[in-house]
Amino acid sequence: MAAITIENLGKTYAGGATAVTGIDLDIRDGEFVVLVGPSGCGKSTLLRMIAGLEEITEGTVRIGGREVNRLEPAERDIAMVFQNYALYPHMTVRQNLSYGLKNRRMARAEITRRVDEAARILEIGQYLDRRPRALSGGQRQRVAMGRAIVREPAAFLFDEPLSNLDAKLRVTMRGEIRALQRRLGTTSVYVTHDQLEAMTMADRLVVLRGGRIEQVGTPLDVYRNPVSTFVAQFIGSPSMNLLPGVIDGGTLRLGGARFAGTGAAGPVTVGIRAEDLTIARPDAEGAMAAQLLTVEELGSQRLGYFDIAGERVVAAFPAGQVLRTDMALTVSPARLHLFDTSGCRIAA
Amino acid sequence: MRAFATNKMQTKRTIFRNRWLPYLLLAPQLAVTLVFFLWPAGQAVWQSFLREDAFGLKTTFVGLANYTRLFDSPEYLNALRVTLVFSVSTAALALLSALLLALALDRTIRTTRLYTTLLVWPYAVAPAVAGVLWWFMFNPTIGILPYLLEGLGYDWNHALNKGDAMALVIIAASWKQISYNFLFFVAGLQSIPASLREAAAIDGAGPVKRFFTITLPLLSPTTFFLLVVTVVYTMFDTFPVIDATTGGGPAQGTTILVYKVYDDGFIGLNLGSSAAQSVILMGIVIVLTVIQFRYVERRVTY
Repeated sequence: MAAITIENLGKTYAGGATAVTGIDLDIRDGEFVVLVGPSGCGKSTLLRMIAGLEEITEGTVRIGGREVNRLEPAERDIAMVFQNYALYPHMTVRQNLSYGLKNRRMARAEITRRVDEAARILEIGQYLDRRPRALSGGQRQRVAMGRAIVREPAAFLFDEPLSNLDAKLRVTMRGEIRALQRRLGTTSVYVTHDQLEAMTMADRLVVLRGGRIEQVGTPLDVYRNPVSTFVAQFIGSPSMNLLPGVIDGGTLRLGGARFAGTGAAGPVTVGIRAEDLTIARPDAEGAMAAQLLTVEELGSQRLGYFDIAGERVVAAFPAGQVLRTDMALTVSPARLHLFDTSGCRIAA
Repeated sequence: MRAFATNKMQTKRTIFRNRWLPYLLLAPQLAVTLVFFLWPAGQAVWQSFLREDAFGLKTTFVGLANYTRLFDSPEYLNALRVTLVFSVSTAALALLSALLLALALDRTIRTTRLYTTLLVWPYAVAPAVAGVLWWFMFNPTIGILPYLLEGLGYDWNHALNKGDAMALVIIAASWKQISYNFLFFVAGLQSIPASLREAAAIDGAGPVKRFFTITLPLLSPTTFFLLVVTVVYTMFDTFPVIDATTGGGPAQGTTILVYKVYDDGFIGLNLGSSAAQSVILMGIVIVLTVIQFRYVERRVTY
């Protein structure tokens, strides 16, 4: 159990390419933090720097108050779950689980106790004598988890551990990992590119972009108050609609409608969540004329894709909502997200 | 017919309309095997039961006499022992050096291609040329290595000293095979996912422990395959190396089985004994091949 403190962390490769830069992050003891971002944003590099698999070229990483910059991965008291599970193919499940404990010269009886305990928790008891090859993807995933928990480390590091599983299993494992982590109370850092995984699992989200932290916060906080158009579009499904608008004399002009409101003047980008758009009478205040393009049925919801003043906009409606070709949509001014032309949020 | 074809669709079996076409397609390969392997091999087997007189005028059937004689002959037993020493040492040297070079390559990230290219060159050198190359380097009168060894107080002479001669053929024979083994080891190492070694590092295994508990076991299919290939190479393909350097000497010190087949058959003109020896060699290579096919396929693969 330990907190992880990251200060001004940076990674520059020998060739001069920068993978991550200026990362400051406090991960509290027992917290489940998800690093999320598109591929190439540096999330895996950041995780591997915490693990000790990538050299730190700038800044410090502390685990449980101890600076680990110069420590070998084995000395950092962390366990890692890899995307391809990285199970040792020539060892049985039991040997896979005990390998790390044997290397630490733990007493045989204690190893057996811990392995049996982990096998019980993860329900992999009947596979202990099999080799990884003979296991399904989900079972391998559990063994990989087991290898992490037998060590009873200060922190778990997960590197996209569910991306090799099929969609259904992913949902199940998501819940299981989170339940297990809550039960053990081990500080966890979890890397994923899947925003849904990030939203559902995280205590706190860290959205990365181009090697920098874009936003840190609880999933709901990030969802409700994205600091930039990047975060706004990355978090949430369907993506937030972004429309060009102009603020002029305290009114926002958007898609042929006017909204009373904000101070700053000039062109802005307006973000609207799909579920915040509602059907309005065409002559109502704040109504935007919308032409229906297509409809996606999700069963629980209908997604309507509209053309509003030349922009493609998606709106979510309850199942069974009747949609016509020519409609008017509106949004409560409180639900508008305003961004300046560089994509940063304008404080309302 | 149609139903049959659909049933067999999954197994991707081709159905020939004409029953002679498959045989016709196989014929060239079969003809080559027949003419260049089965026929001479059959002749060798037949020859091994015969004895010719010194002038080649009379041939008698002697049954297994050629074989029993071989195992009573101190020269043949010597050749067996020499082959064993030569094969084991060459295989060990060729495999270990190749593995070391491959591991070195695996650690460097840049210049990999140049390094590989350079290391593969010896494979393109003809065995006889390789032999002559090392013969020059180790030549007691004009070679550079005996000159250096003399500085260390060692009087090298492979023309007189059996040990020196053996060392020379072992070095010359392994040098060529290292390239081949190296390529396979590099491929083998690269097929081991980096995450396995990283997981082992996190699991508290140091570099040496990682090598012996993770890398080496995962490399074992490659190693086993190369071991068989290299042993076959040392027993059968090293004839030019030996012929070009020591000629089997001194005092039969480097006469391996295949060299003795040549020596007895073509120099000594004892065709019956020579044929019996080649039949025994054939038996050895068949056993090695069977081992390879039975076990290599089954070993751990990732």
